[in-house]
Amino acid sequence: MPTGRTLFEKIWEEHAIEAFGEPTLLYIDLHLVHEVTSPQAFESLRLNGRGVRRPERTLATADHNVPTDPISTPVSDPVSRRQLEALEENCEEFGITVFPRGHENQGIVHVIGPELGVTQPGMTIVCGDSHTSTHGAFGALAFGIGTSEVEHVLATQTLPQQKAKSMAVTLEGNVRPGVSAKDIALAIVGTLGTGGGAGHVIEYRGEAIRDLSMEGRMTVCNMSIEAGARAGLVAVDDTTIEYLRTRPSVPQGDEFETAAQRWRTFVSDDDARFDSEIVLHAEDIVPSITWGTNPAQVVSLDGVIPSPEGMDDPDEKSTTERSLAYMGLTPGTPVRSIPIDVVFIGSCTNSRIEDLRVAASLARGRHVAEGVRALVVPGSHRVKRQAEDEGLNEIFLDAGFEWREPGCSMCLGMNPDQLGAEMRCASTSNRNFEGRQGRGGRTHLVSPAVAAASAVMGRFASPEELS
Amino acid sequence: MKPVRVVEGRAVPLERSDVDTDQIIPSDWLKRVERTGFGRGLFSEWRDDPSFVLNRPDFVGASVLIAGPRFGIGSSREHAVWALMDYGFEAIIAPSFGDIFVNNSSKQGLVIVVLGLADVDELTALIKEDPTRLVVVDVDAQRVEVPEAGFQRHFEIDPMTRERLINGWDDIGLTLLREPAITAFEATEQAPSLEGIFDDAGHVR
Repeated sequence: MPTGRTLFEKIWEEHAIEAFGEPTLLYIDLHLVHEVTSPQAFESLRLNGRGVRRPERTLATADHNVPTDPISTPVSDPVSRRQLEALEENCEEFGITVFPRGHENQGIVHVIGPELGVTQPGMTIVCGDSHTSTHGAFGALAFGIGTSEVEHVLATQTLPQQKAKSMAVTLEGNVRPGVSAKDIALAIVGTLGTGGGAGHVIEYRGEAIRDLSMEGRMTVCNMSIEAGARAGLVAVDDTTIEYLRTRPSVPQGDEFETAAQRWRTFVSDDDARFDSEIVLHAEDIVPSITWGTNPAQVVSLDGVIPSPEGMDDPDEKSTTERSLAYMGLTPGTPVRSIPIDVVFIGSCTNSRIEDLRVAASLARGRHVAEGVRALVVPGSHRVKRQAEDEGLNEIFLDAGFEWREPGCSMCLGMNPDQLGAEMRCASTSNRNFEGRQGRGGRTHLVSPAVAAASAVMGRFASPEELS
Repeated sequence: MKPVRVVEGRAVPLERSDVDTDQIIPSDWLKRVERTGFGRGLFSEWRDDPSFVLNRPDFVGASVLIAGPRFGIGSSREHAVWALMDYGFEAIIAPSFGDIFVNNSSKQGLVIVVLGLADVDELTALIKEDPTRLVVVDVDAQRVEVPEAGFQRHFEIDPMTRERLINGWDDIGLTLLREPAITAFEATEQAPSLEGIFDDAGHVR
């Protein structure tokens, strides 16, 4: 008796150029490119006399390096400037559409793909960036690749791939009020650990996932890589179709309905079998932060900093001790008592309009605590314009937040937005690795709501604490 | 890439788990457009500490790195592989690795060896006991050895990666041999391209 197929298997089989043999040669529908992981790939194409096979399936934007100062300010770092120029030159030479700094469509690669509607269900999407898993929210198989693979896709529009295993992560029930998509993502990473998803493509299922907006689903899929997974997926439903309907790159009118009909097939069959399944109870998820130096080190906002005492696993114990030392934290300290220096609202995890609306609703009529620097970095120029149309920029500026130009910014500190040594940051980004936001900087991953509330209180806080 | 059949050299025990690619090469190094010279940035934040293992004279010139579970997680930056190789490492031994890091390593000829945690701990202890001990990673035979200490373990590697390492095959060259199949596939491709969506200046038409 034939069994049903998972969403992952459907996309995989539709893109396997030759069904037999390992690894499978997979066709790539959309290749997103940015300035950091592409220059060496273009250079190698030139050295080998190779071209770009399908420039019309390739789209480039500047994001990792761009300063978030006003566009009129030149890029002061000559090395960054050279890399940004190289992206434009390479795209010009190979006929690829590119959105340089300041372009109306420019922004973080994982924000612009969905908002332009170039990310579509059932596609295979790659980018030289591990957070490419974000696009899986649309029922697309999307994963990060290295520079050699970027070159491979540029030259052949394909990738030889070992087929990953499938994992279902099901959230049963509903989340409680005040629990955000970011809290769901942190709960999943905290449960799976940094390696729990290795070798797998995760499909997020269940009522609590269905209830999420596309922005929320993108936040959850975005952090799949923090659990070690190759990709994250959410099945297509009405929410997906309605989000896409108004996007500039999708077909219009009857053609949209025809496309939507096909997109709706990108769901797992009822009798599909996964290689592994994990069930979480959505009502158990609480607003959370990371306390350590990997994204699985998660604690409730109501909790205390954990202690290595009594840990049986020597590896876990030494990792905990190292993380505590780096973070400058003492076990047993209540999370809500820890003061912060910086708040960063941005990144491919949480810089979309919905994230900014939540943060602005809490900032309205209040003020950033004395001594705290708070930055809001919209994910793209489109997000920025929309936020400004809604007056969110005024709310942030009145409350003492900085309103910056779009880019990856302080998520990874490649531009001048960096933490100083021992500065403690409440960040809506995705990685709390040592030095990630600046050498010696201490990153705590939080939701936009917790970030905004913490900015006002000057310590980790949740919205209900605000008067 | 250059063929790699056997890696033979001294080893460095890192004794850390969850070493992410931000640690291997910090983002400040990612602004460069070259593919060489990243060795100086390898573990750069840790190398400021004089007691860090790579700073100890015993371990200068080692070509095998021994690490804890989940080495190379996080960012997809291939620069991590370039930095390790530019520094002089030719093989990494650990109980588990980040998926993208493994892919990137296979494209550059950096040999990835997965051994069980107990075996990695034993190997670490052998090297700490005597850092001059030679470690042999035989890709062809799928075997790790410390001949002087009688340590010998088999490791798994997927057959295609093994073939590519041994022969130094160029992935793109191999794929281009299948060009007719790609062209045939494209004739049936359902997902739309970006053709006609943006004008020459990148604005939506």
